[in-house]
Amino acid sequence: MASYTPPDFYQIEGLLAEEERAVRDTVRAWVEEHLMPVIGSCYVEGRFPRELVPGLADLGVLGANLPEEYGCAGLNNVAYGLIMQELERGDSGIRSFASVQGALVMYPIHAFGSEDQRRHWLPALAAGRVIGCFGLTEPDYGSNPGGMITTARETRDGWVLNGAKMWITNGSQAGVAIVWAKTGDLKDPKSIRGFIVPTDTKGFSARDQKGKLSLRASDTSELVLQDVVLPRDALLPGSGGLKSPLQCLTQARYGIAWGALGAAMACYDEALRYGKQRVMFERPIAQTQIQQVRLADMITEITKAQLLVLQLGRLKDAGTMTPQQVSLAKRNNVDMACDCAREARRLLGANGILAEYHSMRHMANLESVYTYEGTHDMHTLILGEAITGLGAY
Amino acid sequence: MRIAVCLKRVPDTTTKILIGADGKSIDESGVKFVPNPYDEYALEEALKLKEAAGSGETVVYCLGGDAAQETIRTALAMGFDRGVLLQAAPTADGFEVAKALAADLKDGGFDLILFGKLAVDDYNHQVGVMVAELLERPCITAVSHLVVAGTAVTAEREIEGGIETVTASLPAVLSCEKGLNTPRLPSLKGIMAAKKKPLELKPVSLGAGSVTVLGLALPPERKPGQIVGEGPDAVPALVRLLREDAGVI
Repeated sequence: MASYTPPDFYQIEGLLAEEERAVRDTVRAWVEEHLMPVIGSCYVEGRFPRELVPGLADLGVLGANLPEEYGCAGLNNVAYGLIMQELERGDSGIRSFASVQGALVMYPIHAFGSEDQRRHWLPALAAGRVIGCFGLTEPDYGSNPGGMITTARETRDGWVLNGAKMWITNGSQAGVAIVWAKTGDLKDPKSIRGFIVPTDTKGFSARDQKGKLSLRASDTSELVLQDVVLPRDALLPGSGGLKSPLQCLTQARYGIAWGALGAAMACYDEALRYGKQRVMFERPIAQTQIQQVRLADMITEITKAQLLVLQLGRLKDAGTMTPQQVSLAKRNNVDMACDCAREARRLLGANGILAEYHSMRHMANLESVYTYEGTHDMHTLILGEAITGLGAY
Repeated sequence: MRIAVCLKRVPDTTTKILIGADGKSIDESGVKFVPNPYDEYALEEALKLKEAAGSGETVVYCLGGDAAQETIRTALAMGFDRGVLLQAAPTADGFEVAKALAADLKDGGFDLILFGKLAVDDYNHQVGVMVAELLERPCITAVSHLVVAGTAVTAEREIEGGIETVTASLPAVLSCEKGLNTPRLPSLKGIMAAKKKPLELKPVSLGAGSVTVLGLALPPERKPGQIVGEGPDAVPALVRLLREDAGVI
């Protein structure tokens, strides 16, 4: 089939700056050349294509919106969003890898870390020499992370961490984990602090969670921390309270809103090309009203989502973006991407269940994206609270 | 080593081309423009040669309208040191373009001037060779393998049924063929750095030229295929059609 033709029904291209387009085109070309040929088999085999990490790092994708002085590309947030869009056009698992590395590991080190911590970790993470993971969620504390029971006890020389984390992207691949733990009373979410934990520290272990039917080209792990002894400077000094990890999640969710759009664009493109090519009852199936409804609905929702994230990015670059605006975009774009992927898969008929096509892989991946980084339902409640002033958690 | 690459801005080869209202040019609205793909081999080779030499300068030249600045910045993002845009409306006469380029390249002190072997928009194969002639420098076209040692250039060219190896001395002009290298993608840092690199704008006036485009036409639409049947039973009908209709057997 012909090469990927990204939809742009509203000439949104013209709203992008030259370097934003250049960044997008570079990542798009990289995805086409390096990810697309292997992603189907990686997914079927349940394998994260770690061999692609050096290439991603060389391009400058990791933590691309952080400053150049730490080895990062120093891009604006729209360009960063476009990177996420292009990566997830390939696969949500690869975008998840980049989101975690950039928004959940490099961002907190940059935002809450000491200058020494930044200088030590950020260049290595940007270069892909070290992979990072983010330990917030626990087996019994997902949507309610403030209830976490992982503890950090202060000692004379530093800290001792105990607890377990679950659903941790990159966990088993990581050389460093950002772990969130309570330093005070278990009832006090204000005592939550972040710690930089090298994964070779005694007492730290990571084990992949098996049997995933989604995000199969990404590693998801359980972390166990058993009397993990850390030096004093493992603490992220600027972190304090639940708001710190939530601030990281806002960064990641921003990227997810763009990423999900990329997945939807990939599904639409596949469905459109297939629909025009596949002949049934002596005409292309795209010439039937049912498939046109599918395609028209998809392009409408994609176009709305494109405008939504672009404005969100402009707000983020202007420094006025709110977490609630991010919730709206994450909630809308992931939900719309789930719908596009499912409808695209259906349009593809029996072929749609094969790994050779992409829509069903996106469809299965997006169920995770719908659920992680604040479930769809939690973002509904965040919006509900934002507009009524009444929390309903 | 000082190397110049002459780059042309052309429509993306995957773009669906529509002919403009004048019947002589393409309708540029909604067309995505990219660096000429053959020129990308020249860009990559220049960067590799400079990296191997450990020092030198790489300069990208482009002749075109203001929009070609973006094309130049692609080369700057890949790693070129600076760019020069000769501002002029593109013309169908390659000789006028060659004269303008040669006039500016003449005193640049370049050891090597690289071109793509052709531009995919007009398929003329002209400008590189003409620039070499105007500058009175040796010219090797369609280079698919290149070794530069001191001032000696050894190049391989794919010719019908084999490979020709030729040699020349610097300074020289080469045009590059597919297979010479794998062009790099501009890195994100490179894209940001490109904005700060020097890009000189020089208005030039081209002569009237001696070649004029009369008209452009799209290739005739391909006739729909025909399925004559399935399995061995269909063979006689297929053979008859290949012989009588297509005349290929």
